[in-house]
Amino acid sequence: MTKDTKSPNLYTMNRRQLLAGMSAIPLLATMGGPLRASDFPTAEVNKTGLAVTDDKVTVGILHSVTGTMAISETGSVEAEKLAIKQINESGGVLGRQIEVIQEDGASDWPTFAEKAKKLLVQDKVASVMGCWTSASRKAVLPVFEQYNGMLFYPTFYEGLEESPNVIYTGQEATQQIIAGLDWVAKEKGAKSFYLLGSDYIWPRTSNKIARKHIEDKLGLKVVGEEYYPLGHTQFNSVINKIKLKKPDVIYAIVVGGSNVAFYKQLKAAGIDMTKEKPVLLTISVTEDEILGIGGENIVGAYACMKYFQSLENDNNKEFVAAFKEMWGDDSVIGDVTQAAYLGPWLWKLAVEKAGSFDIDPLKESLPGIEFTKAPEGYVRIHENHHLWSKTRVGRAKDDGQYEVVYETADLVEPDPFPEGYQ
Amino acid sequence: MIGDYTYYEFSSILAMQAFAGLILFSVFVMMALGLAIIFGQMGVINMAHGEFMILGAYVTYFTSIFFEHYLPSLFGIYFFLAMILAFIVSGALGMFVEWAMIRHLYKRPLDTLLATWGLSLILQQFYRSVFGAREVGVTLPEYLLGSISLTDIIEVPINGLFVMGLTLLITFGVWFLMYRSGWGKKVRAVIQNRVMAGAVGINTKMVDRMTFGLGCGIAGVAGSAFTMIGSTGPTAGQLYIVDTFLVVVFGGAASLLGTIASAFTISQAQSTMEFFMSGSMAKVLTLLTVVGILMLRPQGLFALKIRR
Repeated sequence: MTKDTKSPNLYTMNRRQLLAGMSAIPLLATMGGPLRASDFPTAEVNKTGLAVTDDKVTVGILHSVTGTMAISETGSVEAEKLAIKQINESGGVLGRQIEVIQEDGASDWPTFAEKAKKLLVQDKVASVMGCWTSASRKAVLPVFEQYNGMLFYPTFYEGLEESPNVIYTGQEATQQIIAGLDWVAKEKGAKSFYLLGSDYIWPRTSNKIARKHIEDKLGLKVVGEEYYPLGHTQFNSVINKIKLKKPDVIYAIVVGGSNVAFYKQLKAAGIDMTKEKPVLLTISVTEDEILGIGGENIVGAYACMKYFQSLENDNNKEFVAAFKEMWGDDSVIGDVTQAAYLGPWLWKLAVEKAGSFDIDPLKESLPGIEFTKAPEGYVRIHENHHLWSKTRVGRAKDDGQYEVVYETADLVEPDPFPEGYQ
Repeated sequence: MIGDYTYYEFSSILAMQAFAGLILFSVFVMMALGLAIIFGQMGVINMAHGEFMILGAYVTYFTSIFFEHYLPSLFGIYFFLAMILAFIVSGALGMFVEWAMIRHLYKRPLDTLLATWGLSLILQQFYRSVFGAREVGVTLPEYLLGSISLTDIIEVPINGLFVMGLTLLITFGVWFLMYRSGWGKKVRAVIQNRVMAGAVGINTKMVDRMTFGLGCGIAGVAGSAFTMIGSTGPTAGQLYIVDTFLVVVFGGAASLLGTIASAFTISQAQSTMEFFMSGSMAKVLTLLTVVGILMLRPQGLFALKIRR
């Protein structure tokens, strides 16, 4: 509940859990430096014919760099390449340097499936970092399950999925939503909510969870719930409705180009988010989106997610500096970009714990993997292949960054099939 | 009392809702005018219309950056210069495209649809490669932001007023050009009878090129103005294209008056329905209504009475 972003036990906790993690992985604890490939003969670590040689291992990156989704997925590609570069510099995975084969999903879901198959069958990659929208993930899922691949998926999403062949490094809906609603009810004394979203599965599922939580758990009121087609650019009518209903909280899950239109028109209609009420709480606007919206149009809004670029911990300071060094000083890092950065690292840790690149031992070693150097702090892989992570609320400033105003005291358990919220 | 609201609140909201409808109307007219000129006057289906708009938006973005860095004292007026530049750049690109591509396809109208669709993909990828895949934020002068409060409930968005004024100006300009100037007379002559117009000494090729350029230029201005209310990114043009075609086809392809009437009908229907139901449902109902009317009147609301 503290306004201070450096919660005092963050560091001590990290160190303690780091130690716990080290003792849980005797292999790592006994190693002074990077692993040597010669200690792990290729025949031992690669029994299934993956693209692993004595000094190299190949992984795939599968994102859209052309088409509509390129705007969102570019950051993920950058973060994954940064992580892979850092892993290589620190000695690679089981002493092997990572090589990348990058494929373009081209914002087209069948293309994603086709390229996934190419990466797994033809290139025999040891793992894939990729996908962004739920639609693309649903398209590649059967491919990964059929050919037994491993996908690291970075986006916060609606939940309702759990595959042995996917690690979800973003938050599922309940992790992202519930903590934010509790916070706004408690800290801002919110009594009434207006739910608003783009019309597809993620906002609809998320708002369903939000409505259940608001009405059943918090006992508060939802005064409106609305959806607008993807790409909608005129929000004046709904803004008038909001003015009429006077909700304490506008809960907005608008995505893509609509976002820009929504916040510009909200400001033009005289709704000032820097005032006490109404509170605008969103789960869909990261620092990436603010680039397009313009900081001055969204200043004062609250966002609820697990990572903000402004997080004040040493991991994150190093990460932001490295990211800017690699991709330019004016690059911004949003929640998904950070989650994409986790993928290669979690894979490396799991492979080294398993002592093998093969998928089946990897599946067994993944749950319980801890990553203490995560920019967001500490994360751990849950049995259900999602991550334990903290949830934070940030307030938008006019320079396009968020100021962290709240973070959950403990890690929030991922619950992709929440009971009572269906 | 109406429901939970006082008459005062209710009438205020009604007024604001009417104003929201008018803004939507202006936006539609602005989007559709350029297309109506090209589609209506030349019979070319320009699927790349949205990309010409976004070119205008990018021009605005770069003008704002230029002024921010080199002429910060004149930042307040950059927007007007940006609109003129947007008109010139989009118009020039339009004339080039007409010369390089469209003029070879006048006899094959369906192929122009494919060719311009391809052009729109090329332009999108060009923007993405050159300007970056991410959306850019255009900084506006202070006086274009915010709203004017008339009462404690009624607030009039300034950008909306600006778009309305600009739409009026452009509509009047187009009307003057098409119906009161010598050039407009030539354009109309070419539409009515190309061979005859050529025979009396009108350079029909030049008229085509200028008409196409004018349509694209207006798209550029529209794109420039829309940086106030929407996003600027490589694919943002796609957000407008469906509504634009809807307005033009519904209005009757060959009629500018029809375009305006149809923009008014669709915008009012949509913003009224949006108030009483969810946005997605409002859109569905609007589309259903348009489809229904087009089934009864395939030529659209207004049609030119010309001998075929």
